[in-house]
Amino acid sequence: MPIQTEPMTVNIGPQHPSTHGVFRLRVTFDGEEILEVEPIFGYLHRGTEKLAEERNYTQIVTLTDRLDYVSSMINNQAYCLAVEELLGVEVPLRAKYLRTLTAELQRVASHLMGIGFFLQDLGTLGTPLMYAFRSRERILDLFEMLCGARITLSYMRPGGVFFDAPDDFWPALDQFLHDFETEYKEIEHLILENEIVMVRTRGVSVLPLDLAINASVSGPSLRASGSDWDWRKKAPYDAYDRVEFDIPTATGGDNYDRFWVRIQEIHQSIRIVKQCLEQIEPGPTRANVPLILRPEPGTEAYGRVEASKGELAFYVVSDGGISPYRMKVRSPSLINLTVTEHLLVGWKLADMIVTLGSLDINMGEVDR
Amino acid sequence: MAVQQLSAESLAEKIGVGVPGSLSATSGNASDNVLWVKPSSVADVAGFLKSDAGLDFNFLNSISAIDYINHFEVVYHLTSLNKQHMAIIKTRLDGREQLSLPSVYHLWRGADFQEREIWDLMGISFSGHPNLKRIMLWEGFEGHPLRKDYL
Repeated sequence: MPIQTEPMTVNIGPQHPSTHGVFRLRVTFDGEEILEVEPIFGYLHRGTEKLAEERNYTQIVTLTDRLDYVSSMINNQAYCLAVEELLGVEVPLRAKYLRTLTAELQRVASHLMGIGFFLQDLGTLGTPLMYAFRSRERILDLFEMLCGARITLSYMRPGGVFFDAPDDFWPALDQFLHDFETEYKEIEHLILENEIVMVRTRGVSVLPLDLAINASVSGPSLRASGSDWDWRKKAPYDAYDRVEFDIPTATGGDNYDRFWVRIQEIHQSIRIVKQCLEQIEPGPTRANVPLILRPEPGTEAYGRVEASKGELAFYVVSDGGISPYRMKVRSPSLINLTVTEHLLVGWKLADMIVTLGSLDINMGEVDR
Repeated sequence: MAVQQLSAESLAEKIGVGVPGSLSATSGNASDNVLWVKPSSVADVAGFLKSDAGLDFNFLNSISAIDYINHFEVVYHLTSLNKQHMAIIKTRLDGREQLSLPSVYHLWRGADFQEREIWDLMGISFSGHPNLKRIMLWEGFEGHPLRKDYL
């Protein structure tokens, strides 16, 4: 006699260890199999865009830290690029190199977290995560030397960076790059050809390229589906036109490929950091801009970067006042979630957690 | 190759042929390089921009709304990943009540959450969106907090 099953609706989160923040999924299961998914968010909505209308242009840098809070250097960068475009300010070359260098270190830190939590979601119970965090801690130490903060950095400012790096930063960075080579080999050795990882992630939750483009998916998740679109190449900002790097891509679009692309991107980021170290020369680190900025009324700018999660942009409109008239954040984490339903329906509960990890979302950025 | 922004004039020329009568008089600076579209024609123009072989705008970067008290502006940032160019499309909605635009959800799935967010926070509805409900706030919340008259 066949066993009768009934669909059951379950809430995963908010406040579930594997939802990467305060995220909720309303899922209808038939046994273990997913029939319907509805992502529900807003639990971390702090009204960043509204707050920005009440802060001056310099203060807003601190708000951007709190969007994707594991990648605040890159958030600073996108915002500063938008304000500089509004003002027509040229950033000094040394500041461009410092920004490129720190943004790439931040990308390494963010991807390490992405990889670590992805494996945690697979059930590795901490070991790879701690390996990833060991290296990430070193990067946070470097950031602490630069600006005194580890997470909410506010290191970049419209017109350049807050301070030049202290003298002892450079030997510490050299030491990190030296040690990281070994540390990262250990991580790769542990996970890259791991049979359990392969079996659990290959061919699971495939995102076809045409859907990825149509749903505005960007960043590593897009490049894992076969596109080589990267704004660092397509519209170079800061010093990206002065350094050489490759864009790792995959064609499978499955959980493994999204994970693999991030692993390869770390190599390229380290390559960029090393080139910045060779090319950087003494000079000023901030253009001569006042503390209170007043862009011309009616001007607007779309400051766009390739963040660790995808295309991050700040669309800033000025009315001539000391605060933006409107600041819109184009959040890659939110928009990448558009494909959640497509990725999850038909797969099992245990795959759902892994797929969510493979998208590498950050709720601070989704809800804003 | 770096991505180029298409000039508003060349776009206007093509759209004048492809979707006649859809453009509105330019407001704002000519240097902004923005294409102004009538609100009722947004989806038609978007459809043309996406399907025209020479334009091929297959990627919707973002949709933003701005409250100017007496009117609202909605801004579409578009990119063609194949042709390596981008464009900015704007439309102007007069008044503050019962604002509505045709949805571009059926052209770009990426519009899904962004149109919901504009409905939630700015109070502009999108006709043709299959699931237009609040996204950051909860159903039953009163008002649209990103509007200038809300606090």
